[in-house]
Amino acid sequence: MEYLAHLTLNCGIFIILAVSLNLINGMAGQFSLGHAGFWAIGAYTGAAFSVFSPLPIPDWMNLFIGCGIGGISASIAGILIGIPCLRLRGDYLAIATLGFSEIIRLLIVNMDVVGGPRGFTNIPKWANLGWVYLWVVITILFISNLMKGTHGRAIISIREDEIAAESIGINTFKYKLMAFVIGSGFAGVAGALFAYSQQFIHPNGFNFLWSVIILLMIILGGLGSITGAVIGAVILTLLPEVLRLMGETISQWRMVIYSLLLIMLMLWRPQGLFGKKELNLSALLGRKKS
Amino acid sequence: MSEDQLYFFYDLFQYLINGICQGSIYALIALGYTMVYGIIKLINFAHGEFYMIGAFTGYFCIRGGIPLYFAFPIAMLVPGIIAVLIEKIAYKPIRHAGRIPALITALGVSFFFQYFGQNVLGADPKAFPEVYEETIYNLGEAVSISSTQIIIIVTTLVLMLFLRWLVMSTKVGKAMRATSFNKDASELMGIDTDKIISFTFFIGASMAGAAGVLVGIYYNTVEPMMGLIPGLKAFIAAVLGGIGIIPGAVLGGLVLGVVENLVVGFWESTYRDAVSFGILILILLVKPTGILGTKTKEKV
Repeated sequence: MEYLAHLTLNCGIFIILAVSLNLINGMAGQFSLGHAGFWAIGAYTGAAFSVFSPLPIPDWMNLFIGCGIGGISASIAGILIGIPCLRLRGDYLAIATLGFSEIIRLLIVNMDVVGGPRGFTNIPKWANLGWVYLWVVITILFISNLMKGTHGRAIISIREDEIAAESIGINTFKYKLMAFVIGSGFAGVAGALFAYSQQFIHPNGFNFLWSVIILLMIILGGLGSITGAVIGAVILTLLPEVLRLMGETISQWRMVIYSLLLIMLMLWRPQGLFGKKELNLSALLGRKKS
Repeated sequence: MSEDQLYFFYDLFQYLINGICQGSIYALIALGYTMVYGIIKLINFAHGEFYMIGAFTGYFCIRGGIPLYFAFPIAMLVPGIIAVLIEKIAYKPIRHAGRIPALITALGVSFFFQYFGQNVLGADPKAFPEVYEETIYNLGEAVSISSTQIIIIVTTLVLMLFLRWLVMSTKVGKAMRATSFNKDASELMGIDTDKIISFTFFIGASMAGAAGVLVGIYYNTVEPMMGLIPGLKAFIAAVLGGIGIIPGAVLGGLVLGVVENLVVGFWESTYRDAVSFGILILILLVKPTGILGTKTKEKV
């Protein structure tokens, strides 16, 4: 039971990460490979708040303040990184964000206050299943509502054709930055929740590998689909556990399976499971959207 | 000059030598990066893995009793062939899908080789067998250069000149340049671009394989994860010099190697990788086409 609860909680955290990365990569079409960096910032600032200066108020209020701090500091980092990087396009942007996330990780390794290479310990366990899933709901509602409005349309238009979007008067830089900052902010929230549920964080837990795994989640689900991101996150969080049940040897080959999955998806189904479609009640009932 | 100043200069020279040596390795890997990017605009993330494969081929050859002068060409050939196969299986079908799907596939290939290697060969570093007696030449009081360092620098120079000759003065090279300039037009002119692209992959990967063996001899260890960081560094070197430009890759590699070693020598070794990534971001912001690059504009 304990194990299942832990797994469900991890699913929730990865859903937040995948949905927020999906806003940047899938909706705005800005290919970021540095999501783990923002995740790390959120985790470390959230953890630092909980260890060094928790307020004398109930834990759940502290949790929300901690998540807020994690989210805000990750979005500030998103602004600082986004302003220079979002001038770049496509593969260059991918490498620049990858570079920044590695720099963030290396800076944390060199920061002794938060444990440096030994990791950050003694973080209070504030998060439980309920709070994590409350944040999951907040994230999904926020991003899906954003996408329905003017701002969301503008963000999607950048993905479809940036030059055309610019020519009809959309301030593409502003909307790219908006998507980037909101996405990194929610990654920060996920980081804080991660710290409050694991109680121990280590810089190597936020390396490049994790950026790729989160990316794989949204590619599997379908770039540009929130439902796809959720399902991709659930599948890839549960898959290692399923593989573990199948035996030690198969579990060892987990990353090989992931990489083959990534290649095969690109070769045969580049749009992922859902493509850009959303799965919702009206679609299930077969009603057409007007 | 006071004693302190003298030793400062000794240190500086020593780090410069180490830096040029390290930079030569980066340059060799960066050559492949830059050639592949130049021809199909793909950031071949898996390029660092060809370097790892080269190092392991060398390791197994030398342990199997094959002398170095045979092992070295084999270690260049094997990654070359694997690269061609990978290009045919994974990259060719999605060549027209755009840059991002290609980049994702390359990421997948890179992770595949890393973890496949880890499962098959074991994650622990393996000691590279000693192939010759190492001699250390003293240049002045506190500056020295080892025979391996000389071999690395000389091999890099030779391979780079060979590549320069191949690209600039042979028929294949002409076809490569034509393909990179305009693929469709060169197809109309009767160039088999598929063959040229495969050939580019082969040459690039065998350069990386050579670098792998040299590093195996230099550091005495090989491991399945060894390709990740040098691969990224070589990419930084290629961007720094101007991606797609062959002399640029060498220049970028040498600059990066020297800067890294100066950071290690006069600042802190833990900041080495952070400084490299910082250089990458700086160059992408200030002059994304690299030191030797010229500006191009995207057309609608």
